[in-house]
Amino acid sequence: MKQNLAATSIAVIALTGVHTKVVAQDDKTILGAGSSFINPLFSKMFAEYNTKTGIQVNYQSIGSGGGILQLTNKTVDFGASDGPLNDEQTAKIGVPVLHITQASGAVVITYNLPGNNNNIALTPDIIAEIFLGKITTWNDPRIIAINKGVSIPALPILVAHRSDGSGTTNIFTNYLSKVSPEWKTKVGSGGAVNWPAGLGGKGNEGVAGLVKQTPGAIGYVELIYALQNKLDYAKIQNKKGKFIVPSIASVTAAGNVTLPPDSKMFITDSDAPDGYPLSGFTWVLIYKEQNYNGRSQDRATKLLKLLWWNIHEGQAFTQPLNYAPLSKEALAVAEKILKSATYNGKPIL
Amino acid sequence: METTLAITKANKVSNGKIRAESIFKRSLVVIGMSMVVLVLGVLLTLIIESIPSIKSLGLKYLWGRTWDPINNVYGAFPFLLGTLLTSFLALIISIPFSFAIAIYLGEYNPKGWLSNFLKNAVELIAAVPSVIYGFWGLLVLVPLVRSLETKLGVLPYGIGIFTASLILAIMIIPYAASLGREMIRLVPSPLKEGAYSLGATRYEVIRSVVLPYTKSGLFAGILLSLGRALGETMAVTMVIGNTSMIPTSIFAPGNTMASVIANEFTEADHTVYLSALIELGLVLFLVTVVINMIGKRIIKKFTNE
Repeated sequence: MKQNLAATSIAVIALTGVHTKVVAQDDKTILGAGSSFINPLFSKMFAEYNTKTGIQVNYQSIGSGGGILQLTNKTVDFGASDGPLNDEQTAKIGVPVLHITQASGAVVITYNLPGNNNNIALTPDIIAEIFLGKITTWNDPRIIAINKGVSIPALPILVAHRSDGSGTTNIFTNYLSKVSPEWKTKVGSGGAVNWPAGLGGKGNEGVAGLVKQTPGAIGYVELIYALQNKLDYAKIQNKKGKFIVPSIASVTAAGNVTLPPDSKMFITDSDAPDGYPLSGFTWVLIYKEQNYNGRSQDRATKLLKLLWWNIHEGQAFTQPLNYAPLSKEALAVAEKILKSATYNGKPIL
Repeated sequence: METTLAITKANKVSNGKIRAESIFKRSLVVIGMSMVVLVLGVLLTLIIESIPSIKSLGLKYLWGRTWDPINNVYGAFPFLLGTLLTSFLALIISIPFSFAIAIYLGEYNPKGWLSNFLKNAVELIAAVPSVIYGFWGLLVLVPLVRSLETKLGVLPYGIGIFTASLILAIMIIPYAASLGREMIRLVPSPLKEGAYSLGATRYEVIRSVVLPYTKSGLFAGILLSLGRALGETMAVTMVIGNTSMIPTSIFAPGNTMASVIANEFTEADHTVYLSALIELGLVLFLVTVVINMIGKRIIKKFTNE
């Protein structure tokens, strides 16, 4: 009996082992994992790429953290993340990793105020004070002062935030840390933080649900989610003092700034005069040296070609799905980074 | 000659039978033991993966009140409190319902279409996926609780410990109700008939014969319900408010251990953070074990009496 069991388990292990090997060496399939934010865009892009080239891309939308972990374990060809690698993740991987921008997304501030008042104006200070729990009613003089002619009711403010770790929270808290020194020291920025005020909802739908149900609530969700569900959202004063309504154009504009050569930069609170301040990139992450784990040069080339296509022809699919395409500046940097990828030290593209 | 042949043949047959018997028995042992190995394996994995968090935080983890992934400070106390509060509150709310159903189906109306219908309806409650309860809670129960809170004069969040307990109570009713019904139907009729013949009313029979006879079974049902409530994740996370502040009343928002794990696990991006979440799983595991052990003790005490 025991022998039987052992024999069966060996057979099972052998079978699965063979199976993974087949997947790994099947040069028609490229494996990726990570950001769930970019998943709808990737699904469309990769389906198009498949009909064009016959190459299949298997992308698992397991969250940015999971994607980075899988890349670290070398079980995927690329990871996708809404934030650049942090110091600990960089140290864990140990070798250089390239960050290639794919598209931009944005975070909008949504609220529930009775009456027709879409696009109320908010300044960075007011947003920070609300989420710090310091401004507690809507008829605060500071809010009324910049919203002349809009009827703002005297409701208490209920803050709604994400309860799950997310790239959306990362962008939002990164922005708050830039515009409010108090937020930076008290809370900080990351995918999940210790919120000083408010209630948590799971996912965009959880936050939107809280906001929709509670008069006086304020929360933050992805731009795409707000557009699809026709939520009210605020226009926000950017660094140059302009009040910007979030839109695909203003998000792309936010990325049209001088980027560092590795593109690892949050474009929140952007210097761009027409840029929406709560914008962020999503990156694809790959190893700079593509010869690892016995990968073939052919496979590396296919991966690089796919990513090149993503940032050029693939950009046509961004706007119909409410993603912001890469700005000129971002595209130029991404091209340069892709060209720096090597196989045995020699450039691939 | 022929007789010896027949005897050896018979021996062979019985030998084969004995072998089949022993193989059957052994496979039962192997399968049974594999469950033990599985549980120990889970416990071991939880402990090993929790080591980074235990090293950096120590015992402070258990009564710390701050959960701050940015500064790597983790305290599980608010979530431990949230888990225990919601589970026991749910239990208290559910017991009258599950006992009433058990007594009605076990004693008053054990047969017939109405009984069948009711029994199936109760079992259906257990079969509905918890995410559906979560949505229903968010869309239907939360506004109701909010209007109740407005009347009571507390902050009208709508979501919070109380709402989560209500949802949990509904979800766990079938466990205690089904087990209780079976137990009540197993009460020997001579006992009941004896009581009736002494002039006891139906209520008196239930109070002094059926319930004392079945109390260990009823308690086992409650324990089963509690186990379900402790680990429930999805429905709770949607209506509890997900804040790491210590709840100040049963209407305040809070969080539970299972809900924190489900919320934060996928994006936990550094070692201690991930490990702190796994340690939360370890604490939940231990809480369940301790509560089960206490429960078993109480059941044993009941049966010995």
